[in-house]
Amino acid sequence: MILFYLFALLSVFGALGVLFLRNPIHGAMSLVGSFFSLAAVYVMIQAEFVAVIQVLVYAGAIMVLFLFVLMLLSLRDEGPSFIRWSVGKVLAVVISFGIWAQLALVLGQYDQEALVPQIVFSGEEIDSIKLIGQLLFTEYLLPFEAISLLLLVAVIGAVVIAKRRHPEPSS
Amino acid sequence: MMQIPLGHILVLSSLLFSIGVLGVLLRRNAIVIFMSIELMLNAVNLSFVGFAQSMNSLNGVMFIFFIIVVAAAEAVVGLSIILSLYRSRRTLNIDEFNLLRW
Repeated sequence: MILFYLFALLSVFGALGVLFLRNPIHGAMSLVGSFFSLAAVYVMIQAEFVAVIQVLVYAGAIMVLFLFVLMLLSLRDEGPSFIRWSVGKVLAVVISFGIWAQLALVLGQYDQEALVPQIVFSGEEIDSIKLIGQLLFTEYLLPFEAISLLLLVAVIGAVVIAKRRHPEPSS
Repeated sequence: MMQIPLGHILVLSSLLFSIGVLGVLLRRNAIVIFMSIELMLNAVNLSFVGFAQSMNSLNGVMFIFFIIVVAAAEAVVGLSIILSLYRSRRTLNIDEFNLLRW
């Protein structure tokens, strides 16, 4: 119970690190920490499957891809003025704070009794991963196949886009 | 079943989402902007999980499955676009990419 708020705080700090750390690699590591503590939050609300997927795919695969590209490009620090303040940027802060205030005010008073419980599975001892697998191959079969096609297209697209079309004159 | 109120989960989700929005709007590095987009996707995932656990339904978890796959595909394509942009312009500062501005 108290662990939930601890990990929630940690994930928010990690997210703030992405926003305020000057070096993009430090930001990426901070985002990895944020994703890990978000996985802990998922465990706290008894969604273990999502937590495992979060660690494997997000913290494991996607962030490694980000770090790989960051180190491939060998970026320098952006310097002290990595956020160039202007009227538009101040407006951006106000707008995003407004978005958060609205969402938090409306959603924060949500209570569970206001929702109509929709029972898909009953009983506590049922393995949720088994149920997810069953649901994936029966009710969600068409989205599953479509998403596999999407992954194939993404792989081909990434290869085509990142392919060097002509030899560079400099090297 | 769940001791943590749904409202607190949703507040955390909205906080992460608005930090992501702020990152997209404030930063100028293309990869940092991309990481902020991933953060926003994660915030939406968190609210999906919250509602799924609260409604005792697995449909939300299925949606997270698909969202994560789409996020992975988006990361792959976006990073390759960033790579080829860096190859042609030697910078990642998005203020200097104004080819499509009229």
